[in-house]
Amino acid sequence: MSVNEEFRPKIVAFCCNWCSYAGADLAGSSRLAYPADVKIIRVPCSCRVNPMFILRAFEKGADGVILCGCHPGDCHYSTGNYYARRRMTLLFSMLDFMGVENGRTRVEWVSAAEGVKFSTVMNDFVEKIRSLGENVRLGDLRCKN
Amino acid sequence: MQELKARALELLKNGTVQRVLGWRIGENTYDPEPAFFDSEEAMKDFVYNNFCAANLSKYMIEACKLEGKTLVCLKPCDSYSFNQLLSEHRIDREKAYIIGVGCKGKLSIEKVSQAGVKGILSVTDTDPLQVTTLYGDTTVAYKDAMLSRCHVCKGKDHVVYDELIGESEDTVDADRFAEVAAIEAMSPEEKFAFFQAELSKCIRCNACRNVCPACSCRKCVFDSNKFDSTQKANVDSFEEKMFHIIRAFHVAGRCTDCGECSRVCPQGIPLHLFNRKFIKDINNLYGEYQAGADVEAKGPLTSFTTEDAEPSVVSQGGIR
Ligand code: SF4
Ligand code: SF4
Ligand code: SF4
Ligand code: FES
Repeated sequence: MSVNEEFRPKIVAFCCNWCSYAGADLAGSSRLAYPADVKIIRVPCSCRVNPMFILRAFEKGADGVILCGCHPGDCHYSTGNYYARRRMTLLFSMLDFMGVENGRTRVEWVSAAEGVKFSTVMNDFVEKIRSLGENVRLGDLRCKN
Repeated sequence: MQELKARALELLKNGTVQRVLGWRIGENTYDPEPAFFDSEEAMKDFVYNNFCAANLSKYMIEACKLEGKTLVCLKPCDSYSFNQLLSEHRIDREKAYIIGVGCKGKLSIEKVSQAGVKGILSVTDTDPLQVTTLYGDTTVAYKDAMLSRCHVCKGKDHVVYDELIGESEDTVDADRFAEVAAIEAMSPEEKFAFFQAELSKCIRCNACRNVCPACSCRKCVFDSNKFDSTQKANVDSFEEKMFHIIRAFHVAGRCTDCGECSRVCPQGIPLHLFNRKFIKDINNLYGEYQAGADVEAKGPLTSFTTEDAEPSVVSQGGIR
């Protein structure tokens, strides 16, 4: 498979209900294009995302996982995204420590008014994952030698 | 040891405590095991030697459900675990009578074997260790037989106790984060190869979870939810791969770096590397934090500041 032409990455985007999911909606209704390879999973808040969700997405075949939430200070539940920020930072750092390409995980803050940002972020992320190719390592960490 | 045993017996006999949580002599000097003692008769088997490595704090969760006080012997590092359990409301300070026991670094029979000694028949806990083997007598330097965690000990001060018995000695001769830093300096390919080789040895015995004072959830994600079994014989492929990341993440910010997980792993997997990576990152990003040092302190993952680093620091060169 030639990576750049045929590889269609599977991207999972966890979007919080109050800002980012609305941002995605706005991107849609404004007819801003972003690749269909992005599968959105709506969550009540960015801090609902247990680190296991991220790992599970990879295990189920995702090539990249992105978490979108309200901008710091704007979380519908006041502080959820601050907790999410620490968790994701530590989780991403651990994956990096284990040799998983660090470009496969990302956090972006997208408000309900930022349809344009949503589509730019997704286009950029998909491009990044295309360049990284298929995710092998997270599915393969403990395969028997 | 005699002083400790005598004092424990005294407190048991005068009714201050209902039972003693300590170590019972095994078949050999090198295999004492954690045990409860509730009578003078039982106390005959009580032992405290330099092979008593097990951290007893986790047993206090069950002991606190029993009538009366339990005398518990805690080494300096164990006292951090005890404090951490206190701050998580898993144990009750009033139910414990803590004797802080001195520690000169704990020994491990595996380390003696790794030092090249074969056919071990008996061993002393002295410096140096006198070892009798099938092939004659030999000695091993104390430092060479010491658990890795003792080379990077957090210090010999107990953070919680009722009384102190026995002397301690400084055992630190290495940098606690050196191994982590060495891995951070590797290329992604090298890191991946290193961890894949290590984790592929795992037999999912769950010993690392079972021994961990921070892993005290009543319902663990790694237990079967269909059957009332304590652990799953068949794990799904997700757990197979992600067990180590999940386990380490669950204890991030709560792990006191007591070193028990690495000590008990039958496959010799360096589990402390995961825990210490989290500790190192937390120290770097959110300020120095030692779980268990202060019962009132807020854990790094249950607090935040509005100025915290963004997760993108990881892809911008990583956290070193
Ligand atoms: S592995 Fe996680 S769920 Fe299981 S006991 Fe440890 S912290 Fe609790
Ligand atoms: S993860 Fe290991 S070092 Fe940390 S508290 Fe648990 S047993 Fe101790
Ligand atoms: S103790 Fe070692 S072999 Fe057992 S589950 Fe933990 S890492 Fe795997
Ligand atoms: S509701 Fe959007 S991040 Fe909390």
